[in-house]
Amino acid sequence: MKDVSIVINGTVKKARVEPRLTLLDFLRDHVGLKGTHAGCEHGVCGACTILLDGVAVRSCLMLAVQADGQEMVTIEGVGGQFDRAGELGVIQDAFCEAHGLQCGYCTPGMVLAAEALLAENPNPTEDDVREAISGNICRCTGYVQIVEAIMLAAQRLGSRNEAPSPSPSLSSAS
Amino acid sequence: MKPIPFDYQRPATLDEACRLLAADSNARILAGGQSLVPMLSMRLARPSLLIDIAHIPELTRLDETDSQIEIGAMVRQAVALKDPLIGQHIPLLAKALEYVGHPPTRARGTIGGSIAHADPSAEIALVAATLGAEISYRDGDDDVVFSADAFFIGPMLTLAPPTGCLVKVAFPKASAKVGVGFHEVAPRRSDYALASAAAQINLGADGTVTAIHLGVGSIGDFPERLDVDSLLSTDLNDAALSAAVTDAIAMIDTVDDLHASASYRKRVGTALAIRALRDARNSLYKDSAA
Repeated sequence: MKDVSIVINGTVKKARVEPRLTLLDFLRDHVGLKGTHAGCEHGVCGACTILLDGVAVRSCLMLAVQADGQEMVTIEGVGGQFDRAGELGVIQDAFCEAHGLQCGYCTPGMVLAAEALLAENPNPTEDDVREAISGNICRCTGYVQIVEAIMLAAQRLGSRNEAPSPSPSLSSAS
Repeated sequence: MKPIPFDYQRPATLDEACRLLAADSNARILAGGQSLVPMLSMRLARPSLLIDIAHIPELTRLDETDSQIEIGAMVRQAVALKDPLIGQHIPLLAKALEYVGHPPTRARGTIGGSIAHADPSAEIALVAATLGAEISYRDGDDDVVFSADAFFIGPMLTLAPPTGCLVKVAFPKASAKVGVGFHEVAPRRSDYALASAAAQINLGADGTVTAIHLGVGSIGDFPERLDVDSLLSTDLNDAALSAAVTDAIAMIDTVDDLHASASYRKRVGTALAIRALRDARNSLYKDSAA
């Protein structure tokens, strides 16, 4: 067993874990954050995507022990916090408006892939969006609306007259 | 989809990693984990100990020497993709990296890990074999260097010493005037390629062709460099390119499996190799016209 200390959505979580425990199972079963979905559990579907230091990665392809000392954001950390608690983030809201989800199983991964893309590239082309979600599978096959949702979110994030928040940046939670 | 129990160590130095590796014959090195962790989850890999080399500072270095760019074993693919040294001096690798996995796996996956894993369809291994990169391992107190064009010997099979840790991969710098091409065919974006090809043409200062590198991946058990030196005495016209590629690829044993037949792989590999060479040639013409 190994001790780990991981900052999740701005809060430090400490635990003793088996080395074989994936970060995905750690988030779901030890921390209780079930928004990170377990799909294929071997790195193909993208449902378990999280942001590690602001970059989209697969939590099923990391061990919890590897994440010791690092900071991450899950889908639970994407929406409004503090005075906006309970509100959707801009990207989540765009997914609702553009019908970017059907069953919703892939949605947390799609939203976080979009968060990572738009943080790095605020004005993506449709091709950039397709590349960014190329590792995320939607078995309802709703890709057209998902791409539309991300383009809509980019437009809204670019046109609003305020600092980029709420965003998955860890500083917003400090 | 749960790995078997194993121990985990996070050494701070390469020496410590080698000591741990030598002490346990069933230990495995863990770099980015984008290939090893799925193999653990499917229980295809059943190690007793994982040695996480992510926290060894010397393995994250990216250095320039007179003739090479040395990429440390833990340099992430996403970092390499954006690195100006690689963009300038190893343009073929920069081009190929766009085809490696997708953004979330590139964020964690490493250059060294891909080479050590030796998947037959890996783009990084193909570029290494094509350019004859030098792959350095530390085995106990010994440093062992392999040329990438002889390092890969089968699917997930290399000449790496069982107790060795990959330290760095040194790619030769391209000449100042260089043309590159990279193509692959995959069932969908970022999936395993069914056939892939990489080409680089170096020009000397006087504008004559000094070297032509060509390699094919995914079609056989490992990436292979093709000998097209006969092209050095031609003006690289389309007919000469096609003839040289067809000759060279005839020697390659292609793989027949569920995804594609051996003859499909040979046909597509040939077409992609010709296309990659043409791209390399055309980008040179475009540069000289500008």
